[in-house]
Order: sequence, then structure tokens, then C-alpha cells
Amino acid sequence: MTVMADTPKPVKPRGWYKRNEIAITPFLFLLPAVIFFSVYVIIPIFQSFWISFHEWDGLGEKTWVGTANYERLLGGDRKFEVSFWNNLRWLFLYLLAIPLGLSIALLLNQKVRGIRLYKSMFFFPFVLSQVVVGLVFSWFYLPREGLLNAILQFFGMGTVNILGDPSLATYGIIAAGLWPQTAYCMILYLTGLNAVDPEQVEAARLDGAKGLRMLWHVILPQLKPATFIAFVVTIIGALRSFDFIAVMTNGGPFGSTRVLSFYMFEESLSEFGFRMGYGAAIAVVLFFLMLIFIAYFLWSMYRDEKGAR
Amino acid sequence: MFPTPIEKTSRTWQLTYQAILPFAMIVWLLPLIAVAMFSIKSSADFASGNYWGMPSTFEGFVNYGKVFFESDMPRYMLNSVLITVPTMIGAVALSCMTGFALGIYKFKGNLLIFFMFIAGNFVPFQILMVPVRDLTVNMGLYDTKLGLVLFHIAFQTGFCTLFMRNFIRALPFELIEAARVEGIAEWRIFWFIVLPLMKPALAALAVLIFTFIWNDYFWAVVLTQGPDAQPVTAGITSFNSQFVAQYHLMSAGSIVAAIPPVAMFFLMQKHFIAGLTLGAVK
Repeated sequence: MTVMADTPKPVKPRGWYKRNEIAITPFLFLLPAVIFFSVYVIIPIFQSFWISFHEWDGLGEKTWVGTANYERLLGGDRKFEVSFWNNLRWLFLYLLAIPLGLSIALLLNQKVRGIRLYKSMFFFPFVLSQVVVGLVFSWFYLPREGLLNAILQFFGMGTVNILGDPSLATYGIIAAGLWPQTAYCMILYLTGLNAVDPEQVEAARLDGAKGLRMLWHVILPQLKPATFIAFVVTIIGALRSFDFIAVMTNGGPFGSTRVLSFYMFEESLSEFGFRMGYGAAIAVVLFFLMLIFIAYFLWSMYRDEKGAR
Repeated sequence: MFPTPIEKTSRTWQLTYQAILPFAMIVWLLPLIAVAMFSIKSSADFASGNYWGMPSTFEGFVNYGKVFFESDMPRYMLNSVLITVPTMIGAVALSCMTGFALGIYKFKGNLLIFFMFIAGNFVPFQILMVPVRDLTVNMGLYDTKLGLVLFHIAFQTGFCTLFMRNFIRALPFELIEAARVEGIAEWRIFWFIVLPLMKPALAALAVLIFTFIWNDYFWAVVLTQGPDAQPVTAGITSFNSQFVAQYHLMSAGSIVAAIPPVAMFFLMQKHFIAGLTLGAVK
């Protein structure tokens, strides 16, 4: 009889994949999305930089022109200047959506009958497409048929043709944009208010805090995450404003409502021939304007991530 | 609770509050109410200058009938569905995988890839426009629904990854560790353990992406041209040039175009709001 030595049975060698499974799996899972995202988002950013140094009609050969596009752009292009200032107007005025949204959230943060329906009704303009909102407001502003002027007349005021007046048109469009954006900020704050620590509020009440002081010192600090998101989406929204302008005024009257995003589109795909190189240069300027904010957002998120570990 | 609960305030304020609510809502929705009013009026009312009085006749059926039977609107709507639904499925599927990879595994470059997705998501569309249009033309996909779908999937993956990764991060990690001790393959952990827990996130993302894509206008104008491929947001402008200055028909048209995302919102309200406000509370 042979005695079986109790040497371990030869373990079936595990495959290379099995041994490295935990290290490899994430890359396999990331691969399709990263390829897709690179092809359609990351690489095009650099291509746009490249194109902005050329003159190109989108079909034929690109001609290298160096920084000529930028020189023309920054060297007194009237349309560019108007667009740039309008972008700044959008940025500042669009931020009004945050205090407005907070005010409506404070109004609606109650538990009365039917309040849920009210909240939905206040929120749902956000769900409409910007095209529809733009159309709705351009009809609302109509000098003859529009409800706004009907109301103004009812109170004995004269009619205004908001979208036909170069000094008012941009503000009219921003007001239309504020409508859905305020709704979004409202819902962020309603969610935030829901999570406010009731004990802190009670404690502050016992200390005699109320009204605005309470809001400023006790409530707002607790709403910080909501404010951050509201700020991010509002800034991005302001710089992305394209649909409203295209639908409501198409850049007019006399080009007074152009913003960079619209001007870029106009130059690249205009009826007078495609000027892709010049368009790309405008896009690059817009990109750098946005990059200031993107860097700030990413930095804030990075801090949070480090704190979470 | 802040502000002070209404039950604890004076009777007068309670009554005032109850009166303010409907009034504020009507003011808030005024532009929309105006459009709804327009859409049921007859062209005779507009001709006679009766813009804001009572409609002389109820023409709702006629106006909406025209939208459905005498214009390209149904085609645009169908295009929108055929663009929106595949995008929704594609972007959610891809981001489940990226969310899992970035939320569960620790590896070098994790945060970098994650931030690449977020940063790409914030970028202005215009910087992508010329190259993406060129790419789509070269692939022979200009003016096709597929061309739009492919771009939308790629771009929305950025936002969806942010969402999914943070959601998966909040799941109890012990579950995955326990499964690993049992020797379960990693892809099975994804499929049988993580995915079933992600159902609420899947629902929230699906409704959000549906609305975002349905409402997209910019890419629809850049990548498509005619009624063969254009979604309803772009189609509505050609609809409006068909019925120029006929406000009753244009109003009816835009209401029809707006209904699907609005219906989606009211049906899936809880998921929708949960999705939009993710991260608003720490």
C-alpha cells in the first residue's frame, strides 16, 4: 500500500485574467464610454483649437492663417463686442434665479392642503423645452396680441415692443430664461429646506432669532450644497443660452441680442458661406470664459472628494 | 421647519397665505395660460382683434386637428421618440458601467477619468460643433437620427457618469467585499448585486435624459435638416413658418410639442426630482 503523501493537490493555475480581475475589470467597464466620450467630446475640443488657426469653409482644404482669426476677433469686431457684453449681462442677471428660486421655495415650504400640486405647478416650466418657452414668451411680448401689453394697457400704461427694441430685447430674453431657471433653483432649495435640522431651528428660535436674521445665519449655511448646485447650473445655463435667442429674435433687432454661442453658430453656418475657422475662434473664447467656472467647480468637488476619504 | 409652519401663525396670516397661493400660481403661469387660451380660439377672433376676451367659439378640436393631420408635426414627434429613447437606453447603459468602475474600484487615474467626464459635460456646445458636425458628415450620418443619437449618447454619458458614480458610492461597500470573499466574479457582482440596487437611479436618470434630449434644439439644428430626421424642437420652427402669424395654430403646435416631457414629469415626479436634486443635500 502506498501512502498518499499529503502534499497539496496541484492547484489548477488560475488564468491571467482571474489573477488580475480586480485590477482589470474597471478598465473593461470604462472602455466603451471613454472611447465614445473621447471621440465626441474630448478630441473635438482640441480639433476646434486647431481649426481656429485656419480659414475653412467646411468642405475644401484648410488654409493656415495663424492667429489672424483672433486678431480680427479682438481687434474691434463690433459683433463680437456686443456678443461678449451680452454674455456678461446673461451671467449676472441669470444669477437672479437663485434668490428668486429661494423666495418661492420659502413661500411654498409649508404643509397645507394641495401644496404638492402647487409645487409641481411652479416647477413644471423647467420641463418645457427652451424652444417652447422662447415661443411662449415671444407671443407674450407681442405688441398687439401679447398679454403683457394687454395688462399694461389695463393699468393705463403704453405698449412696449420688448423684442423689437434693441435696448430692451436682451433683457426680455433673459427674463424668459429666468422663468425655467428659477423653477429649477426653487426645487433645489425645497429639497434643501426639507433637510434643514429642525433642532437647530428651534434652538435659534429660543435665542430669539427670526425672519431674515434666522435665514441668513441659520438656514442659509445649511443650504450651502443646494446653493452650490444652483450656482453651477445657472452659470452653465447662462453661457449656453442659444435656443432662446435663436427662437425669440434670431440675434436681432440690429444684432443687439447676439451672444457668443449664437454668434459662433451664425459665423460657422451662415447663409453667406461657412466660416468654420472664425467660428471656432469664437468658440475657443467662449470655452475659456467657461473654463474659469469649470476649474472652480472641479476644484470645489475635488476638495469634497478629499474630505470624504 | 423654516419658515414658521402656517398652523402656528395667526388666523389672518393663514387666510392671506391661502389666498396668495393660487394668485401667485396664476401669475407664475400667465404666459402659458395665454398660450393655452390662444390655442382654442378661432382665426376669426384674431381677425377681429378679440385677443383676450372670451373665445367666440371653441375651436380647440379644429386647431389641434390641424396640427395632427395637416402638418408634419406627427413625423417630427415620431423622430423625437426615435432619437430620445435609444439615447436614453445607450447613455444609461454606458454610465452604469462607468459608475460601477469609478465608484467601486480604487485605481490610479480614477479621479482623473471621473473629472474628465464632469468637465466634458460642462463644456460649451459650440466648441464641439464644428468637429462633431464634420465627423458626422464624414461618417455619412448627417441628417440621420443615428447621427444625433450617437452624439447624444456620448455627451450625456458625462452627466450620467457623475450621477451613477455618486449613487454607487453611497451603496454599502460591505456587500461587494462579502461577495468577493465568496469568490464571485466581478462582472457578476455588477450584474447581480449592484445593478438591482441601482433601480431608483436608473429610473431617475432615464426620465432626466428623456427630457434633456427631447428638449435639445442646438444639436438638432446642427446635425439634421428636414422632416426625415429632425426632432420636434427643430420641426416646430418649420411648422411655424407653415402657419405664419396664425397664433392659434402655432400655440396648439407648441403645446403638442411640449406634452411628452410634461407628461413624463407628472408621471414620474418623484424620480425626476430625486434625480435633479441629487447632491443638494449632504
